[in-house]
Amino acid sequence: MALIIDLNIQFTEMFLVLLLSPLLTGWVRKVKARLLRRQGPSVWQPYRDLARLLKKEVVLAENASWLFRVAPYLIFAATWVAAALVPTFATGLLFSWCADLIALAALVGSARFFLALAGLDVGTGFGGIGSSREVMIASLAEPATLMIFFSLALIAGSTQLSTIAGFMQTPEVGLRVSLAMALVAMLMVAIAENARIPVDNPATHLELTMVHEAMVLEYSGRHLAMIELAASLKLLMYLSLVGCVFVPWGLSPVGGGLARHLLAAGLYVGKLAVGGVLLALFETSIAKMRVFRVPEFLGAALMLSLLGVLLLFVTRSF
Amino acid sequence: MTPVDIGLGSVVLLLALVPVGIVGGRRAAATPLLYTAAALISLLALANALGALLQAGEPSVIVLPLGLPWLGGHFRLDAVSAFFLAVINLGGVAASIYALGYGRHEQAPHRVLPFYPAFLAAMNLVLMADDAFAFLLCWELMSLASWGLVMAHHHHHDNARAGFIYLMMASFGTLSLLLAFGLMAGAEGDYAFAAIRAAGHSPGVAALALGLALLGTGSKAGLVPVHVWLPLAHPAAPSHVSALMSGVMTKVAVYGFVRIVFDLLGTTTWWGAMVVLALGGVTAVMGVLYALVQNDLKRLLAYSSVENVGIIFIGLGLALAFRTNAMPWAAALALTAAMLHVFNHSLFKSLLFFGAGAVLTATGRRDMEELGGLIHRMPKTSFAFLVGSVAISALPPLNGFVSEWMTFQAVLLSPSLPQWGLKVLIPAVGCLLALAAALAAACFVRAFGIAFLGRPRSQAAAEAAEVDGFSLAAMFGLALLCLLAGILPGLVIDSLAPVATILVHDRMPEQLGIPWLSIVPIAASRSSYNGLLVFLFIIMSSSLAAFVIHRLASKAVRRGPAWDCGTPDADPATQYSAGGFSQPLRRVFGTFVFLARERVHMPQPGDARPAVFHVRLLDPVWSAVYGRLGRAVDLTAGRFNKFQTLTIRGYLSLVFLSLVTLLTGLAIWL
Repeated sequence: MALIIDLNIQFTEMFLVLLLSPLLTGWVRKVKARLLRRQGPSVWQPYRDLARLLKKEVVLAENASWLFRVAPYLIFAATWVAAALVPTFATGLLFSWCADLIALAALVGSARFFLALAGLDVGTGFGGIGSSREVMIASLAEPATLMIFFSLALIAGSTQLSTIAGFMQTPEVGLRVSLAMALVAMLMVAIAENARIPVDNPATHLELTMVHEAMVLEYSGRHLAMIELAASLKLLMYLSLVGCVFVPWGLSPVGGGLARHLLAAGLYVGKLAVGGVLLALFETSIAKMRVFRVPEFLGAALMLSLLGVLLLFVTRSF
Repeated sequence: MTPVDIGLGSVVLLLALVPVGIVGGRRAAATPLLYTAAALISLLALANALGALLQAGEPSVIVLPLGLPWLGGHFRLDAVSAFFLAVINLGGVAASIYALGYGRHEQAPHRVLPFYPAFLAAMNLVLMADDAFAFLLCWELMSLASWGLVMAHHHHHDNARAGFIYLMMASFGTLSLLLAFGLMAGAEGDYAFAAIRAAGHSPGVAALALGLALLGTGSKAGLVPVHVWLPLAHPAAPSHVSALMSGVMTKVAVYGFVRIVFDLLGTTTWWGAMVVLALGGVTAVMGVLYALVQNDLKRLLAYSSVENVGIIFIGLGLALAFRTNAMPWAAALALTAAMLHVFNHSLFKSLLFFGAGAVLTATGRRDMEELGGLIHRMPKTSFAFLVGSVAISALPPLNGFVSEWMTFQAVLLSPSLPQWGLKVLIPAVGCLLALAAALAAACFVRAFGIAFLGRPRSQAAAEAAEVDGFSLAAMFGLALLCLLAGILPGLVIDSLAPVATILVHDRMPEQLGIPWLSIVPIAASRSSYNGLLVFLFIIMSSSLAAFVIHRLASKAVRRGPAWDCGTPDADPATQYSAGGFSQPLRRVFGTFVFLARERVHMPQPGDARPAVFHVRLLDPVWSAVYGRLGRAVDLTAGRFNKFQTLTIRGYLSLVFLSLVTLLTGLAIWL
């Protein structure tokens, strides 16, 4: 019986992230539009976009290989599996032991690996420029992510995300310098990883400073839908990650009743909404930076996270 | 027959192939005959090693009346030797099968065939040697045989230079090892490993021996700064030999280090661990940064071996630190992680070199700027190379990720180490390891993306054809092993238990009993990973998505031209080049590490001269260490030049003077 409940929770979370992620993207777009005094499309627009893309035929470039056609599904799958491992409303996920935080970072890395390859597959300048810049950004963002995860693992004594989220709710955590550093670094990395302003602009096409959109320029139809969904999932995943580690209050514990779970799910949606507003506020109040300023931005995140880990190596109480 | 008998027997069989190679080298029939025999003998040696490893019985010993008269030739096969023998002979089997196809295109088989079995035999012998004399002799035989293979195409100027530098560095490495063994044997001079192991070593001797062993084995493994020969020599050899040198011979060097430092020395110090850790971290990052700016596919792979050796030495350094501080369970984790990476790297690096060799066979090109689009012309090779690239980039669910994950877990155990030096160094090394992993992914996106994807950049690439069945069989066999070792790492970890028991006196917890075939390094609440489930989840969710979409939405496909902003240009030069791809990374890291400078000359409108773009990279190791060394040697030689033209009286008085000086010195000393 317990297994069935656990399975239920795991699958609920898995499909919840899948269903909510376009809504989050739509919400961020809507808030951004309102901040710019525009009406903006409805928050449901991403769903309509996805449905339309799914129904359309795929236009493949003439020399696109099988990798180009397989990559969207692999990117989506790796991102979805990663997102399914982040506790959204309940800790103690059934499958959380099969991949910990380090594996989570590596799964995101796998998705990026195939996306960058797909960018190179057709052999156009746009795909190349996107891939080349993406791996530059990743080469700094990934170590920073791992260092942040090291901080969390050292504080909680575990690399299991469910265990960490559970630990973060206990009063043992307290206020820590290393945690603050990890939070700032995490936000910086999340912005870079999700191709948001000031690192990249998710709303532009055919601009020489773009990264993510350049890589996926050749994609159309259902392939593009998969990639867009994966991008939304990734944004949701990072927000949930920040939520479950830094604002873990309200996560329902193992063995919580249905009412507790529903309450926690409601709280989770609330957290996402607040996170989306903050992201939109940040994005509208800052200008996009030059692409070669990005390494400095991410280098700062890396140094900050490394400093956090160093402090924890010196003493566990920082 | 004990395992060591069978091991030595297979060595004798391999050595018996050498005359076959010498006599029949120029005949067409010799190539398949010799490689088939080598594959079978390696298979026998592999089975023998696996048997010895899994039985985990007492080490088998044999003393042969060879070598120094008062010493004899000691040979021994324990679990450590057995594990490395398994790695080496697995590489030997794969390389021999690959060479059955690849070797047919060899222009000078008589320069390859005699050395190839000797190389395999020498590597086997090093792993079984149980006294310093036999060890060094076999070590030198291994160096010489591989030197012969590097020089197989000696008429290329680059290869001759590579051979010369290799020879220099190999002699230097052996000299260091000779001194290390001399120090450890002490004044008594008993060179049998059993005697060295039993003798206690004073901290000074142990420290010096550790340093010398690090230099000696590091120069063979490719530790920065003694790696310089490796990226020159490994690519110069024929590709199946490159695979052996990079995938396997570097592991013999790791074995040498492990045997000397963990087994023979006994006493270790925490600052010794710091040296190993720092060198490992620097090697990992420098190796991958070098790899990122290479355009030669095989040289890129060789530099990536430098990186992976760095990762292995990080694991070994952690094991050393834990062992010194009496934390055997943590040491077992770090050591097992390093050994697992030894195994994994031998798999995917051999696979990648085979792929590069296949590309070389099909196109005759190693320069990535002349490749591209091979995924259409060589789909099977491309797939195998892709698997290798994913594995080496440490991406789940393949095997490279597991060993790096375990190394990270070991890093996370180190805050409880008491020494401040280690407390500060280890997080920095962990950061370097993470950086190296991320850069490796970038490096292999570049390698695969430029060489295999896009449009062909040369006529040769456009007309490439898929390679033969033997080469493909070897590549796919290794690719399958990469996947299996990635999703069932518990099997390998459990078989490494006797190795860890010998070297750090503890082992990792039994993994096979854990439900769902997860791996749990310390405790389930702390960390666990399940490659099998991650693999299944990815396969299931991607096929589910593909099935649902194709069934319910649309599966129509139309082919059209790629988006070209309305200005069609069929020139393949309009796509990204290897140099262009690494430009952002070169700009971020290269200006600091390689002092990279770009010079652009753009002619004025109306000027018919072509635009020139020039990148200058300085190898920091070469300019800081070897350049200075060379100048110092030149300078000293110049100073001593005048002694060359003395008169006979001058020479006589010189001899007299030195005699008197020596005797005086001796008199004072005594």
